[in-house]
Amino acid sequence: MSELLPSDRVERLSGFGMNRFSDGYVFRPATVAQVREALEVAKASGRRITLRGAGRSYGDAAIGDESLVLDFTRMNRVLAWDPVSGILEVQPGATIETLWRTVLEDGYWPPVVSGTMFPTVAGALAMNIHGKNNFREGVFGEHVTELEVLFPQGETRILTPNDELFHSVVGSFGSLGITLRAKLQMKRVPSGDLRVLPVSAPDLDAHFRAFERYREDADYMVSWVDAFPKGARLGRGLFHAAWYTQVDSGAHATLKLEHQDLPDSILGFFPKNQVWKILRRFNSRLGMSFINGAKFRASKLLGDGRPHYQSLVEFSFLLDYVPGWQKAYRHGFAQFQGFVPEKTAPDAFRRILESAQAADWVPNLAVMKRHRADPFLLSHGLDGYSLALDFRLVLGREREFEILMHRLAEHVATAGGRFYPAKDSSLSREEYVRGVGQEALDKLRALRGTFDPSGLLTSGLIDRIA
Amino acid sequence: MKPGKAIVIGASSGIGRELVRQLADQGWTIAAAARREDRLREVAAEFPDRVRTYAHDVLDTEAIPALFQKMCHDLGGLDLFVYSSGAMIEVGPSEFSFSKDLPMIEVNVTGAVAWLNEAATRFQSAQHGSIVGIGSVAGDRGRRGQPVYNASKAFLHAYLEALRNRLWRSGVTVVTIKPGPTDTEMTATNRMTRTMPVGVAVQRIMRVLDRQGEHYLSLPHRLIFAVVKRLPGAIFRRLKM
Repeated sequence: MSELLPSDRVERLSGFGMNRFSDGYVFRPATVAQVREALEVAKASGRRITLRGAGRSYGDAAIGDESLVLDFTRMNRVLAWDPVSGILEVQPGATIETLWRTVLEDGYWPPVVSGTMFPTVAGALAMNIHGKNNFREGVFGEHVTELEVLFPQGETRILTPNDELFHSVVGSFGSLGITLRAKLQMKRVPSGDLRVLPVSAPDLDAHFRAFERYREDADYMVSWVDAFPKGARLGRGLFHAAWYTQVDSGAHATLKLEHQDLPDSILGFFPKNQVWKILRRFNSRLGMSFINGAKFRASKLLGDGRPHYQSLVEFSFLLDYVPGWQKAYRHGFAQFQGFVPEKTAPDAFRRILESAQAADWVPNLAVMKRHRADPFLLSHGLDGYSLALDFRLVLGREREFEILMHRLAEHVATAGGRFYPAKDSSLSREEYVRGVGQEALDKLRALRGTFDPSGLLTSGLIDRIA
Repeated sequence: MKPGKAIVIGASSGIGRELVRQLADQGWTIAAAARREDRLREVAAEFPDRVRTYAHDVLDTEAIPALFQKMCHDLGGLDLFVYSSGAMIEVGPSEFSFSKDLPMIEVNVTGAVAWLNEAATRFQSAQHGSIVGIGSVAGDRGRRGQPVYNASKAFLHAYLEALRNRLWRSGVTVVTIKPGPTDTEMTATNRMTRTMPVGVAVQRIMRVLDRQGEHYLSLPHRLIFAVVKRLPGAIFRRLKM
């Protein structure tokens, strides 16, 4: 090591789940020139580089011990927007919120969004995120028309979906190159509202039946699962299908930003910035069992089978209703998301829920989605289902939790399933490879040998699974 | 404190050496520095996976920023910083010797400031970490036996208190340990009696690694020095302390 880095750049960073922490020297470039400069600083000081967007991955994807952390949140501008073709060109740190706010009033919506609007475009590309329409629209990377990537040795390339390299770089969790610019194809929507149909599911199988029933024509599908009940009621919950729709009042009004903005209060009373403090009080086994149970009963009584209209933002960004909700977890939380082929999913999901219950570690929140395969090297998508679980972490039970995570990974791998790096914080390399395949990982390593021979790009996640 | 990554300066003997042992035993990863590297290696040999050694003389203050950054890099982060280097050179009851005094000032004051400033800068920025300084009950008053040793430890106490007052807003803890006579090489040369075994002293330090404030290592010390600190000078100077 030669050159010293300024100590006052050291920050303690974590992922969104606050389950892994790491110190890094944070640089926040505002221009491409400053990105290149930071690359040189890293080389001169013998440091590796970790790429970070909004830090919304749950685990260790955007942290790297003692590395130089390139935080792209200042490179967040829209570079071009063409309402005729629907092509939007943005800097890497532009958020999903920037995307929809830029295009909605012209009658467009981002074709793939996550459950929160705060991730950056470069982060979404690195993880190749999906949304509640994965079974129809695939992953984020499938809607990119052009990408400018800076490779660690200083070379810049323009990649399009016609390049093989494109399908390796997108979804490689920041281990191959640095996104400098992206052109995205936005999707035309008939209005700013969705028609949403809730279907109460008395058990796990009911979810699968609902997904298969609406799969051909719904635009979005998602199921909430109450993970607490056992036996015959195991996996009960509430399925939602949603459709883009014409509205009587005319599309114009619903496409306005003010029609979309999330309410300032929850249930019309609690100021939303304070709600996490209330949630924190309920964040125990008993409290969460009560909340899940109450939600199930209320939805069965009031919502079952009755379609209603919801704005795109309300339906898409459920996680943004309660800002700072992650703070309701005193010692952080971890998410587990397994993707399992259609045939083996019912059995695998039952085992996963039962294992969590047996370990006395019932997830506070469980969500099911329908997926399809995609053409990317490290894809997590497959023709089947995913089950995502939020676990509250408990001080002093870390080892026990690791054991549970590996048990759940075993259920997924045995069922021929895959894993999703954006959510993960505990997979071993062997487990990841069982999902994605040895061939894919070998190819990634070969590419890294070519484009990043000195191994400049790193992160907790990259070191752990790649 | 939950096991993490620690730097211990002055790790080849005494409290520092024992602290490295007990930290490693509890699962910490440690970067241990001292002048006498051969003796450092003995400790490291007991825990080869957990202890890295660095030959360093705290008087070489120019080397400190780079060494500090290298240690953090090698550890992959930093949660705890311990300054345990200390020098005590016996002086006669009526002796005033600058050549004996200077090394004590250099190790106990200059080296401490040079190292602790580095740790403070980093922890302040990261808003995380704990700093532990090994002071001494000797620093509570200016006693006639060891004027400069007493004064150097008093400096350290005041300096650590100031760091604590600066850094608590950043979520950083600063811990001042005030051991009494401890059974180490430092005390072996001047035939101190009623010393505390170093293993016991360090066990007690291990309990307060992130407990903001000043800590004596036994209840009698806490009580005695609460009185000693408050004795009027006119009485104190007549005592045999």
